[in-house]
Formats: sequence, structure tokens, C-alpha cells
Amino acid sequence: MSTQPIIISASPHVHSDRTSKKIMYDVVIALIPAFLVSLYVFGIGAFIVTAVAVASCILFEYLIQKYLLKTAVTIGDGSALITGILLAFNLPSGLPIWMVIVGSLVAIGVAKLSFGGLGFNIFNPALIGRVFLLVSFPVQMTMWPTAVENNLTIADGVTGATTLGMIKEGLMFGETMTEIGTRLPSTIDLLLGISGGSLGEMSAIALLIGGVYLLVRKVISWHIPLTMLVTMAVMTGIFWLINPEQYASPLIHILSGGALLGAFFMATDLVTSPMTKKGMVIFAIGIGVITVVIRLFGAYPEGVSFAIIIMNAFVPLINTYFKPRRFGAKIKSKIV
Amino acid sequence: MLKTFPIGGIHPPENKLTSSKSIKRLPVPKVVNVPISQHIGIPAEIVVSVKDKVEIGQVIAKSGGFVSSNIHSPVAGTITKLDKIIDTSGYKKQCIVIRTDVKNEANFEEIEYPLKKEIELTPKEIVQRIHDYGIVGLGGATFPSHVKLNVREGVKLDCLIVNGVECEPYLTADHRLMLEKSEEIVVGIQILMKALQIDKAIIGIENNKKDAIDAFKKVTKNLDKIQVAALQVKYPQGGEKQLVRAILNREVPKNGLPLDVGVVVNNVGTIFAIYEAIQHNKPLIERVVTVTGKKVENASNFWVKIGTPIKDLITEVGGLPEGTRKIVNGGPMMGKAIKNTDVPVTKGTSGILVVSEDEASRGEPENCIRCGECVFVCPMGLEPHLLMNLSEKGLFERASNEDIMTCIECGSCSYVCPSNRPLLDFIRFGKNIVKKLETSKN
Repeated sequence: MSTQPIIISASPHVHSDRTSKKIMYDVVIALIPAFLVSLYVFGIGAFIVTAVAVASCILFEYLIQKYLLKTAVTIGDGSALITGILLAFNLPSGLPIWMVIVGSLVAIGVAKLSFGGLGFNIFNPALIGRVFLLVSFPVQMTMWPTAVENNLTIADGVTGATTLGMIKEGLMFGETMTEIGTRLPSTIDLLLGISGGSLGEMSAIALLIGGVYLLVRKVISWHIPLTMLVTMAVMTGIFWLINPEQYASPLIHILSGGALLGAFFMATDLVTSPMTKKGMVIFAIGIGVITVVIRLFGAYPEGVSFAIIIMNAFVPLINTYFKPRRFGAKIKSKIV
Repeated sequence: MLKTFPIGGIHPPENKLTSSKSIKRLPVPKVVNVPISQHIGIPAEIVVSVKDKVEIGQVIAKSGGFVSSNIHSPVAGTITKLDKIIDTSGYKKQCIVIRTDVKNEANFEEIEYPLKKEIELTPKEIVQRIHDYGIVGLGGATFPSHVKLNVREGVKLDCLIVNGVECEPYLTADHRLMLEKSEEIVVGIQILMKALQIDKAIIGIENNKKDAIDAFKKVTKNLDKIQVAALQVKYPQGGEKQLVRAILNREVPKNGLPLDVGVVVNNVGTIFAIYEAIQHNKPLIERVVTVTGKKVENASNFWVKIGTPIKDLITEVGGLPEGTRKIVNGGPMMGKAIKNTDVPVTKGTSGILVVSEDEASRGEPENCIRCGECVFVCPMGLEPHLLMNLSEKGLFERASNEDIMTCIECGSCSYVCPSNRPLLDFIRFGKNIVKKLETSKN
């Protein structure tokens, strides 16, 4: 008999090697391609914004947990790191540093810790941080440094519009899509990330690589991203078919703005998305519809962040009403 | 595509270390401690007293009701004590302690029965003998077998499902039995088909036991009433409801039994015990036990007399390895950790798993990150995170409405939880309270 006491515990006596930490770091790995593209496109500005967001998210979590809440410090679990990266990905690369810090404080302090910390927050913390900044500092939050000129320089001064912004503005001034189309980035540029926009939403290819990684590692399932993108494509497709001069094509809608970043990284946030497959599909349809409505008919050119936050609020309801089918609940078996 | 059940399920590392080790006979123990409650239902009633001499196979405790079972002496010897001994449940339970008579040769005879195919008994006699000879489900649930065979008038049965799934990691007792006794098991199947008066049987075996699948295909080649179904490897496919769904695509209704969809399920070990009882007049006094663990020196499968202290098995495989921190009666998913090695082998002991330091402790529970993984793996379509929450907060009525009682305690939720939440622990707690509330209501 060994000298140490025997452990008595209830079954199961084995555990899978998946841990919350591993899941979090898988998400970080999946974000790397998009981060590299943002470095290439926006240069040092992207790096500064990301570094500041990550550092301040982790620092705020530490300070609040240690000195304000006096609870265990959980900065090691990787979730504050992800919030930091995702917040940065949703900001223009030229945003003043103090605003990045304010956004981080709102994300961690208000959206996450005031709800009870990891797992208890209703809304995606990074998105709350971003939306807070967007409504508080609309000018700075929509000054998009244009891609090529600012490569490897600190971005200030030269700014341009996002693809969706150009469309919205053009349509407002009575232009047709054909006229606007001459100024828009090409599909190839959208895929590679040569256009204006938030730091991390640039390159469709980089985001898709990260998304596929998450799917392969089973961190996310296809239900949310696919349903959301298909909903957007179908809805924008209908309008585009009705009047291609007034509405942009589904391809532009999917590849520009925050659609892919939102579909793979924001809407799929484990904590703030539904816990059943049925619920996920409903949730993603809601995001798709609200996004398209805002983009086509709202005041903002882009609506992914708002759509996700609105649907986040419905998640408890969705979890209550869209339950998995209980085994044997409805007998459909037949004696052969 | 191999058949399997559609909702939930996991695939933990199989670790079937002993699948090539043929079943050896464990030396007859000097003392056996035979508990009187080795089955689900009413404990048996002791019919012997201290100093009585007993023969192998003599009834020492009689069935205490319909859902109960006879208990037979596994050895020839003398009753030395009627004592309370800690069993696998962790509680002290009434046991009959028998000292083996080392001079009695009957204890050391190794009888190899010849294969006997003709079934002479009538269906009624078969069921009676299964009752008399103390046969219970050997897959782990230890439900008295005669109860399953006492089918009410008017219930239409059309299929016997033979459970050779053995989906628990590490365990190979059924696998070895299927390889070594495939012909006997097939006769056992025919016995049950006769008793139940049905003419279709399907043997379900997971595809990680291809040799067993082949063995049965060979034996049943000329028997068109008995089929073999190869199944995808997925835990908990050995659960009755999952198995019926996988093989026949029939869903046992909530709170129902396989009987409700015309099916009876029996484990291969049980069927072999039935074969021996019917064809060779042998009561259930021994069973196959896998003794295993990653660091165990000579892990293997053994024929073990009921009542043998687990330490005898451990000695046989080379003693407890250095750093042993947990001993499990059964498999790692549903087995029970035992308190010491004096605990006796019972009719439900399918394996002894020795777990070392690195795997014995659970991880520290963290916040639920609401990933939904527990929901996706639940084979019963439940929401374990919700049931845990409700049980933790004492909301038992709601837990009951969320079907907590249909949980089969397979442990898939706790296994996958990335935050190490004690899901099944709280669900078990909730089930206990709900059960008590329901009984007090009636």
C-alpha cells in the first residue's frame, strides 16, 4: 500500500484533456493570422493599439479583482487576453491610446467583472467596450487610417472610409452602386485586407484561416458562423437582386466590415452565445437579420457589433425555449 | 457507416490494455465475504448460520422478494461469521464470511464443461432456474435477470439484444469472454430466445473488438435468427437505451424500458452465466474480472469467485504499483472508488482499475464558461449545467421538470467539462432529493 491516502471520489475517474485555458489559447492562436495582416497593413499603429488593449484589459482585471472585489485573480485563464485582442481588433489603428484604455476599462470592469466575471457576463465584453467608444467618440472611432500610406508609420492624419462607409455615403448622395463601385476595393483586396476598417477585420482570408482553425479544434461549431453568414448573404442577396444599383452585392457584405470577424470570433464567444445547437441557429439568424437591417436602413454603415450585443441579450431566453430534444420524449419508434 | 446512437456521446481513450490476455483462474481465496445485497432490489435473506458447513453452489441467502436474487456459496467451507463489511458502496453491508475448506478437493477442481447445445428445459423452467441460480445482470447494473424475463401477458417482444459493447475504457472482461466462449454465448442466446419465445437476436459489439465480431459471425453463420451488429466506438453505447437506439433505431420512451419497444437487452456475461446455469446446473458463483491500470505489472482478466477480497486480485497482478492513489471497482467512467482492498468482488464487479497519482485527482473547478459541451455530449438530451445549477440552489422541482431523473449517470458531462465542474456529483445529489420528494408525495 502506498503511504499516501487513497482518494475516494465519485465517477467519472477520467477527464478529457480539454481545459478552459486551452480553449482560450486556441482562440488566441486563431487570431494570429488576422493580427499579422493588421501589422502589415497598418504598421506600428496596429501593434500599439493591440498591445495597449491587451495590457490594460489584463491590468484592469488584476486590479479590480485584487483591490476592489478582493476575489481570486483569474488573469491566467486567458479570457482577459482575448477580450483585449478582440477589442483592439474592433478599433481603428489610429485611435488615441487613452481611448483604448477607457474601452478596456469598460470591457473588463463594466461588461465582465460587474456581472460576476468569466462565465457570468451577458454581453460580449470586447463589443461593449467598442460600442461604448463608438457612441462616446464617434469621430475618432470612424477615422480609419488608409492602408498603404501608413504602413510602418504611426497612423495619424491620412484617413479614409471603410468599404461599407463609402457605400452608405455614396447612396446617401444619390449615387448608384456602379458609380460607387469604381471607388471600392476589389474583391481580391477585401480578401487580402487592403482596405480601410477596424484593425482586425481587414483580411477575409486571415479571418477564415483562424475560423477554420477554431472549427478544426472544435472550439466553435459551424452553427453560428455559417448560419449568420448565410442569413446575411440571403437577405442582402434578395435586395441586391431587386435593385443592384441601390444595394451592394452579398459578396461585398460578407467580405467587408466586421461580418467575418463577428461570425467567427465575436458571435461565437462561448459565454454569451446559446448552449444548444438549435439555440445557436436562432441566435445567428437574429444577428444576420439585425446586421443587414442596420447596414441597409440604419444610420450606421456597419451593424455587426450592435446585432451581436442585441442578440446576446436574448441568449437566456433562447436557452430557455430552445432545449435539446430529450431522449425518449417523443416516441417515434416503430416496431419493425 | 457503422451504427451508433445519434445524440451525445464521447470517445475517451480506450486503454484496453488487457484485451489480448486470456482469462486465467484466480487461486481459490482462503476466505470469501459474500454480501447479501449484490443486486438491485431487496437484499437476500440469510439461510445459514455460523459454523454451518456449506458446499459449492449451496444457497446461503434466499431471494427476499420478486426483485431480488438467491446467493450461493462460491466455495466449500465453513461459515465463520455473519458480519458487516464495507462493500463497493462504501457502506458497511451484511456479509456471509466463509472460510474455504482447503482439504475439500471440490474447491480446486477446474471443471471445463463440454459445449452442450440441446436445450431441454421449457421456457417456464428456464426462467425459474435463472431465478433459482441467482443470475443478475453482469454488465454492472446487477438487475435480477428473471425479472426481465417475466414478461407480462400481452407485451409483444420481437428482439433480444445482446450487449457485447463494453464501452467503458480499460475493461476487457466481456471482450475476452466473447472470444473464449462465443459458442456457449450463442447457446445462451438461444436459451433466452426460447424463454422469451422470440426469434430474432442481435449481438451488438463495438468495432474496436473486430476479433469478437468475427468470432460471432463465424459461430452464427448458419443461424439466420442471430445477427451480429458492428457498432461505432462511442461511450455510453452499452447503456440499454443507447444500444437499442443504435441497433434497431427504436427510442425507449422517457421513464420507459426496452420492453416498451419490444426488446429485451442482456449482457454477454449474463448470457454466459445463463448458459452455465441451464446447461450445466451451475449457479452464479464466479465471474470474469479485468484487473488493470497503466502501471499495473501483470494486468489481466480472471475468473474470480464472488466474495474474493480485491487484495487477492491485486496480489495476483503484482501488487499495487508505486504511487497508487485510487482503486476503482468497475471502469473509469461509472466505477466506484473503493475505500480499501478488503472490499469483496460481487456479481457486479466487471473490473478493478488501479489509478496512479497523476490521474487520481480532479482538476480544480472553475467558472462555467457556458460552452455547452455538456449539453452536446449528454446521451439523454439533458442540460447538465442547468441540472447542476438547479440542484446546487435547491430548486428540485424545476430540476425534476427538466428531466433530471432520466439521467443515466454516464459521466460524459463531467468528463468533457473544460472547467472541471462537478456536474454529475450535483446531478446525483439532485436525483436523490427528487426521488425522496416523489416517494413522500405518493
